[in-house]
Amino acid sequence: MLRYVAKRLLLLVPVLIGLSILVFAYVRALPGGPAIALLGERATQESVEAINRELGLDQPIFVQYLRYAGNLIQGDFGSSVLSRRPVVEELLDRFPATVELGFAAILFAVLAGVPLGFIAAKRYQGVLDNASLVASLIGISFPVFFLALIMKYIFAVRLGWLPSIGRLDITRSLEHPTNFYLLDAVIVGDWAAFVDVVKHLLMPAIALGTIPLAIIARITRAATLDVLSEDYVRTARAKGLTTAVIDRRHILKNSLLPVVTVIGLQTGLLLTGAILTETVFAWPGVGTWMLNAINNRDYAVLQGGIVFFAFLVVVVNLLVDVSYAFLNPRIRYQ
Amino acid sequence: MPLLEVRDLQVRFSTRGKTVYAVNGISFDLDPGDTLGIVGESGCGKSVSSLAMLGILPKPAGRVHGGQVVFDGEDLLTLPDERLRHIRGNDIAMVFQDPMTSLNPVLTVSRQLTEALRTHLDLGKKEAAAEAASLLDRVGIPDARQRLRDYPHQFSGGMRQRVGITMAIACRPKVLIADEPTTALDVTIQAQILELLRTLVREEGMALILVTHDLGVVAGICERTHVMYAGRFVETAPTGELFANPRHPYTVGLLKSVPRLDAARKQRLDPIGGAPRDQTSEPTACAFAPRCAYASTESWEQLPVLRELDGATGPAAHRVACWNPVPEQDLVAAGIRQAPTGRQTGDQPDEERQA
Ligand SMILES: Nc1ncnc2c1ncn2[C@@H]1O[C@H](COP(=O)(O)OP(=O)(O)OP(=O)(O)O)[C@@H](O)[C@H]1O
Ligand SMILES: [Mg+2]
Repeated sequence: MLRYVAKRLLLLVPVLIGLSILVFAYVRALPGGPAIALLGERATQESVEAINRELGLDQPIFVQYLRYAGNLIQGDFGSSVLSRRPVVEELLDRFPATVELGFAAILFAVLAGVPLGFIAAKRYQGVLDNASLVASLIGISFPVFFLALIMKYIFAVRLGWLPSIGRLDITRSLEHPTNFYLLDAVIVGDWAAFVDVVKHLLMPAIALGTIPLAIIARITRAATLDVLSEDYVRTARAKGLTTAVIDRRHILKNSLLPVVTVIGLQTGLLLTGAILTETVFAWPGVGTWMLNAINNRDYAVLQGGIVFFAFLVVVVNLLVDVSYAFLNPRIRYQ
Repeated sequence: MPLLEVRDLQVRFSTRGKTVYAVNGISFDLDPGDTLGIVGESGCGKSVSSLAMLGILPKPAGRVHGGQVVFDGEDLLTLPDERLRHIRGNDIAMVFQDPMTSLNPVLTVSRQLTEALRTHLDLGKKEAAAEAASLLDRVGIPDARQRLRDYPHQFSGGMRQRVGITMAIACRPKVLIADEPTTALDVTIQAQILELLRTLVREEGMALILVTHDLGVVAGICERTHVMYAGRFVETAPTGELFANPRHPYTVGLLKSVPRLDAARKQRLDPIGGAPRDQTSEPTACAFAPRCAYASTESWEQLPVLRELDGATGPAAHRVACWNPVPEQDLVAAGIRQAPTGRQTGDQPDEERQA
């Protein structure tokens, strides 16, 4: 198992190298450039060239890449053109917000999606099954930002139940040893702040988690239907076990296998969704940061952000593979 | 009063507006220690009957349409599920056909063995594990204690079936239903598993219902055999009598299609022609008539019921549901039976079929 994990981590190296090239080329293919973004459309030729020279953008593209790659190896992602702060520093500030949001969204999707899919399968073609089919089709086809806006309008503007932007009420002060606000509140022991963080997290997490929820519910349902007709379920029934034990131990454990895989595949989608959700809820995470970078052609930030996202996708998939092996003894013993 | 009394059991499936008449009224008694064979070709309703007795028909398509299954004075078919659950696996247990698919791949053998023990016998974790180890040892799995921690895929097919049998006998049931327990195994393993079943049944005094499509399998184990066709019993007799004196054309056909070690080499295997009955309507005539050389007008019009032959009753009774039972001289011609007098022409085997 340990060797397997080590091998997977080693595989990360070529993936990240390839990725850095792609990202580098892709970012530079965007029209315009940082000079225009900084100085505006009417900047003089000289000032644009001066900035380009300062940023090294006057060099041939492969020279630029080698310099970038060389820095990357030393862990230097460059600095933001706008804030002049190192990209790594800004990333460290912002990534906990995105990870916290993503984690909450997945948690919501799993906690609601798995039971929903399971019950739908057990009531195959019943009212609940059909209702959940319709609901999940709507869930899948609903654009994330639109759902976010509607929720914000209803729960923040109309009803005033939930805060509409940010991670924490601005009147509240909370120390941030980790920048994961939930964790921070627990560490400090400030329960009022904890509740406030949860309230801020609720809507963005639900908006972001809805599509994964619908997909997880569908996959759970399909997997459970398969498992229900398996011989070993019949064996379990013949043993006279209680329905609860059969459901949990014999059916659910098997139908979770494909669900775990889907969670891995969903991470990429989740991160794109995060950019939209963060924008709607002014969430100070990697998503809003990258959106700013796109608008300002802040190459270094954009590159850093994309590499971070890619890294996250790879890590989550590794975790998924490990937990899959943990759930499935046929893989574990190979 | 018998231990298990099945009366006129009927099972139907309804899927997409179609009804399949899977079991159309079967009856039998089982006393403690009895060994009973149910034989018939694929699709005749053997598995469905067994599942119906335990109340685990595939839902919602399958349902019991009528009849009674009386165990220990209670009709299992009308028992609330919670009561029936205490009987399943505890008093009546089942071994399934395919050991590759009937064990749960993500649970250890120990887990799957101890769960029934803990549910029905209220054993603690340690006691159940110790009992599971001794059971595995009993069915001939080497290193039982070690193997408890393994998963099903770490066992060979034959060993898995031993595990399956262990699971079934764990709570010392009074009735063991074995549904084609050897069909998925290769021949040498088959013999070992049958031997194991025979020993267990004898030592534990369990009653056995052995379901199979293979007459050779019942021959060695079962005292009495029921031949099933299209959801009904068409012939029932003590196993020796059935082999020596089959009277239903279907039974004769089955016997002729089984390879025999003692048969003269020139005798050909003779499969039954035609296809099994399409079971989408309720039988109102002899279901075998379309495939039967003896069929008469009656066969096509009226449903034959089981009738006693030769006046033998009780445990020796031989019953046939047929309008035109196979005459004796045809049995002789088919090589199943010796001619009553020594004078006979043509080839014949020199011995009666042996178990
Ligand atoms: N889930 C189901 N839905 C619809 N029909 C079914 C279902 N299960 C069984 N049947 C029907 O019931 C009949 C009897 O099936 P059963 O499985 O009892 O046959 P069998 O005698 O055990 O055959 P085999 O030797 O193949 O195991 C068949 O005609 C089959 O088509
Ligand atoms: Mg069967």
